[in-house]
Amino acid sequence: MRSVNIYANDWADMNRRRPSSLPVISPATIALLLGLVSLISASFYTLAIRWDELFTVEAARSAMEFLLGFAPPELAWPFLIKIADNTLETLSMSVLGTIVAVVSGLALAIPASGRFGNLERRFSRLLLNILRSIPELVWAVILLIAAGLGPFAGTLALAVHTTGVLGRLFADALENLPHGPEATLRVNGAKPVAAFFYAVLPQALPQFMSYTLYRWENNIRAATILGIVGAGGLGQMLKYHLSLFQMQQAASVIIAMLLLIALVDGASFWLRHRLTGN
Amino acid sequence: MTFSDTLEQHPDPSWRGRVTAILVALLLLWPMLVVSEFKPWELLDARSLGATWQFLSGFFPPAHSREFLMLILAATWQTVAIATAGLTLALLGAIPLTLLATETLSVSRMESGRMRFFSSGIRQLVRWLLVLLRSVPELVWALLLVRIVGLGSTAGVLAIALTYSGMLGKVYAEILESSETHATQSLLRNGSGRLGALLYGSLPASVSELVSYTAFRWECAIRGSVVMGFVGAGGIGQRMDESMKMLAGNEVSTILIVFVLLVACADAVSKYLRKRLG
Repeated sequence: MRSVNIYANDWADMNRRRPSSLPVISPATIALLLGLVSLISASFYTLAIRWDELFTVEAARSAMEFLLGFAPPELAWPFLIKIADNTLETLSMSVLGTIVAVVSGLALAIPASGRFGNLERRFSRLLLNILRSIPELVWAVILLIAAGLGPFAGTLALAVHTTGVLGRLFADALENLPHGPEATLRVNGAKPVAAFFYAVLPQALPQFMSYTLYRWENNIRAATILGIVGAGGLGQMLKYHLSLFQMQQAASVIIAMLLLIALVDGASFWLRHRLTGN
Repeated sequence: MTFSDTLEQHPDPSWRGRVTAILVALLLLWPMLVVSEFKPWELLDARSLGATWQFLSGFFPPAHSREFLMLILAATWQTVAIATAGLTLALLGAIPLTLLATETLSVSRMESGRMRFFSSGIRQLVRWLLVLLRSVPELVWALLLVRIVGLGSTAGVLAIALTYSGMLGKVYAEILESSETHATQSLLRNGSGRLGALLYGSLPASVSELVSYTAFRWECAIRGSVVMGFVGAGGIGQRMDESMKMLAGNEVSTILIVFVLLVACADAVSKYLRKRLG
């Protein structure tokens, strides 16, 4: 212990006298870095990835064959119309899921911002945390039992997970608002609901808007893959064609996914610009 | 008092506009409701309620035999290992790509104000590669890789490595470009190499931001690696997929609890890392 201290002092001294090329690293940081290195090596060690099998000529050839199977993407009209249908379905899932989540997220954010007391705040925050920490895809798998195969299960899954995310963000935003305007209305005799709608909401709305748009961008990505477990949209189509080894059709679906994501990112950027001015 | 009088005397002067906007929005949403088969009442019909009840009633008590818990523990470690190994490989890919993509490290741009044709070509190419890597969702990468390298954790590690090298590369380049570039520029002007300028000019200015983004991504990778288990890439997700297929509610509830705890732990660790190293 003692020797470490002496070293630390020496380092500090040297640092004062001349600009040292070596930064001072505290023992705690060294321990942390060692911990990280051991986590990484333990990971690689236990996974036992067969690198030798990955980097053989044969592996490269079969990967190449697999990739070449994608070209050219299927572009026949009937197939494109099917893709358009599924794209629309995916888009609807993301939009509806986000809207439902905004409503239910706001409903949970009000108790979670501590308006009804500490117990309610704790409880609704716990609920939001649980909703948030289970990903959309896992929700979809569970909800398939109640809602059946198809886009409705996907929409619900998006809504449930996003409720957790937006509820927490909304609650934080509500807690950080200045209380003055609402207090003024209340003192002058406005009902609590009116004070909320005319003092709190207008203040928080730009922030809510930008969180919602950010989640929508996220949800369109999630909506494209939810189908892989049977919850509708482009993912379902991709899974179907891949399982039949119809690579050219699969390639078209992947391209449609990328285009849809890019389109939504563009739309969200434009809306954000229009609505929040930044 | 007639009906129109009550309309005139509404305390909110812009309430007509608000109601119209809501009606128009609902009208626009209508086709989406149809496309995504949004029928919440179907959740309440007898068959769906019966299936849900049967499944949920299995949730309690959660499966807790020693054997099963050991299995889940091993699967949880595998999930963490896939995320860690994947992110490490992603870093190995992202760092060189970042160096190629970062504009402030360009020597030719600094001299003439314009990048050389060849270098700007390479920079554009790297950017497109990064866009492609991160736009294809990780689950789709996993789905494709499972077909190339077979079922198991290797596909998961590679999927995370591919997606996250795209994300890390893009964000690292943005961080380096948006931080204080004065030191980097002076170093480059005075004849230092690109690597020296990076290590002594750019990195010290933005290292904390880079580290905290990486820690955040590690947390995302854990969630991602759970999800990838559903397409056969190993870990706790694959266990959940198996339990769902057998409709074993008690196993699913154990896995969900473990999962929420895992995400909470990853959250805490990444927060600690960000505070400690950032």
